[in-house]
Amino acid sequence: MSIFEYNGSALIAMVGKNCFAIASDRRLGVQLQTIATDFQRIYKIHDKVFLGLSGLGTDAQTLYQRLVFRHKLYQLREERDMKPETFASLVSALLYEKRFGPYFCQPVIAGLGDEDKPFICTMDSIGAKELAKDFVVAGTASESLYGACEAMFRPDMEPEELFEIVSQALLSSVDRDCLSGWGGHVYVVTPTEVRERILKGRMD
Amino acid sequence: MGDSQYSFSLTTFSPSGKLVQIEHALTAVGSGQTSLGIKAANGVVIATEKKLPSILVDETSVQKIQSLTPNIGVVYSGMGPDFRVLVRKSRKQAEQYHRLYKESIPVTQLVRETAAVMQEFTQSGGVRPFGVSLLVAGYDDNGPQLYQVDPSGSYFSWKASAMGKNVSNAKTFLEKRYTEDMELDDAVHTAILTLKEG
Repeated sequence: MSIFEYNGSALIAMVGKNCFAIASDRRLGVQLQTIATDFQRIYKIHDKVFLGLSGLGTDAQTLYQRLVFRHKLYQLREERDMKPETFASLVSALLYEKRFGPYFCQPVIAGLGDEDKPFICTMDSIGAKELAKDFVVAGTASESLYGACEAMFRPDMEPEELFEIVSQALLSSVDRDCLSGWGGHVYVVTPTEVRERILKGRMD
Repeated sequence: MGDSQYSFSLTTFSPSGKLVQIEHALTAVGSGQTSLGIKAANGVVIATEKKLPSILVDETSVQKIQSLTPNIGVVYSGMGPDFRVLVRKSRKQAEQYHRLYKESIPVTQLVRETAAVMQEFTQSGGVRPFGVSLLVAGYDDNGPQLYQVDPSGSYFSWKASAMGKNVSNAKTFLEKRYTEDMELDDAVHTAILTLKEG
């Protein structure tokens, strides 16, 4: 079994009209045993940058702590928040530092950049960045997620509709994956507000 | 950077609370060629006179004003070789920032890091302070900016400033001539006039 499949995870980020949504499942397992059903995979770096980390739970938590550290110092030094593009470059650099002993994580970064333009990207565990205009997915359910997103995505969705689409894509994909699920956690971010919602799906 | 036999600093406090080495470094700066900078509404000007010791010197080989990034430049008063070392270090720092964030370094950050290097050399073992003051001119998201960095490592933001020989005359002249809404061309003109005063 791959180390990336040890804990199980599902992550999705999608671009809408002047907004974005980032969502994850809530299961934390140790192979086939479910340990927690409220595990947090998505973190707010600041109001306009969100980070999702799939893969090995311990690496996700440690990587998040390192990134928050770097971002807080950046905020103090430069007296401004990091743009999502800049944050993505930082994550990529940090991951590559561990090229020959990597963090077993696949990050998903979503944010509102200059003029509140939505930005999403993902990268592999050693920092190869992949920008996308529509959606990015990560985790053990990624193959199902790709299919669901491709089928359901439409450009320029309003926040409410985006929430529906992201939720449906997430829940239907994790149902096909035994290692992720136990509900969903969805953030829909617009320039003015952040709406956080918990989804109830098949609790298995 | 000071080996094990020189693990003590050569820059030490005098009883009056001064770091004499830094005072001497400032004297070295004060006897160097005049350099000045003026912040205009839409840009920054830095200038110095390229006075060559003899007509036989190849003037293209002398570079008194250098760029640190495509949008940040620097001029100095004091010791040329020390200036070159600082330019090299600052360029490297700017590139490291870019490598990490894929963004060009803001002027304040580069000035801060350069000043930190200069301060290091007032405390590290076996080294002397830099014998230059720098005028860093840059344009970034916060608009045009002008900073002076001293051998001690302190830095100041200026609207217009001068360093080196004849600094008091130059500053008086700048005080009279400077206006907040100067255009870049006016600033260039004023800079040349100020240099001529010396």
